[in-house]
Amino acid sequence: MDASVTLQRLTERFGDSILETHSYRGDDTAVVKKEDIVALCTFLRDDGKLLYNFMMDLTAVDYLGREPRFEVVYHLYSLRYNRRVRIKAGVPESDCSIDSIVPVWIAADWFEREVFDLYGIAFNGHPDLRRLLLYEGFEGHPLRKDYPVKKRQPLIGPIN
Amino acid sequence: MGSIKGRLGALRRSGQELLDSGEAERLLGGSVLFTKVESVVNWARKYSFFLYPFVTACCGMEFMSVAGPKYDLDRFGAALPRFSPRQADLLMVVGTISHKQAPVLVKVYNQMTEPKWVFAFGVCAVSGGFYDNYATVQGIDTLIPVDVYVPGCPPRPEMVIDGLMKLQEKVAQERWSDWPRGAAPVTDEAKLTEC
Repeated sequence: MDASVTLQRLTERFGDSILETHSYRGDDTAVVKKEDIVALCTFLRDDGKLLYNFMMDLTAVDYLGREPRFEVVYHLYSLRYNRRVRIKAGVPESDCSIDSIVPVWIAADWFEREVFDLYGIAFNGHPDLRRLLLYEGFEGHPLRKDYPVKKRQPLIGPIN
Repeated sequence: MGSIKGRLGALRRSGQELLDSGEAERLLGGSVLFTKVESVVNWARKYSFFLYPFVTACCGMEFMSVAGPKYDLDRFGAALPRFSPRQADLLMVVGTISHKQAPVLVKVYNQMTEPKWVFAFGVCAVSGGFYDNYATVQGIDTLIPVDVYVPGCPPRPEMVIDGLMKLQEKVAQERWSDWPRGAAPVTDEAKLTEC
């Protein structure tokens, strides 16, 4: 199948880093080690047969009780070849960080801030890692599965 | 029929009765009106609310409906939305208030000149509604004092009109000593800790 060119190229180049791949109904997916994420993304962007020049989405999932607990998910699109790929990188709770891919796609800036805001995953090397949607002084990360549903936040005072 | 002086003397025993009956005005030929300044001022206030619509969500559509010609809040003297809080005396909080918005709402409230009233329009403004989550203020009364609560998702125009009439009744009974009330307390610790 034409679409799995991506997974073939990835496996050839980053064999040890690819933990798992599947292509269910043509949705190419690669589960990778988080250490190589920047090199892998750079390869996906620059390789002449891939040219994933459009980072469509970056988000995270909390699999509470599983190891690694978090998974950062990247959705990429190649405008040149009309292909999509999904990259997943596990992030353990004990080392809750992953390298920032802002140097690869600058569009990742606010996505990473959002994930940091709502999941508390730090992005190493991010140029401006602050909360995006919530406010300074918010306690906790509300999209984590162990965030207390009934938790009340301290209200912030008036401006000035 | 006795002299005016004699009749006034007879009525002096119940001054309120004299005022309420209109007898005194009749005796004085209808050119004098007895009332209380408080009553006159409250009467004027309750029929000339200047709204500040703080519209944040879908209730805004219902607000437009009730402000428009079909239901016509202007019949109650409350049809002139002001787009500066400093010119308004009725803060209509229409919709969901998030924690991030809370300081803006408090600032708008504190910018309004007194006397001023607050109308919680819709269940989100009243109590947070079904947005029982990390982002939503659980009722604007945790931030600013509220005079009328109109629940509903959104409230029917009839409910809004009923709420406005309730507010008019409330305004009619106010005393001079009710004002000024001062700046809003921002944080009500008691409301924050209950979960």
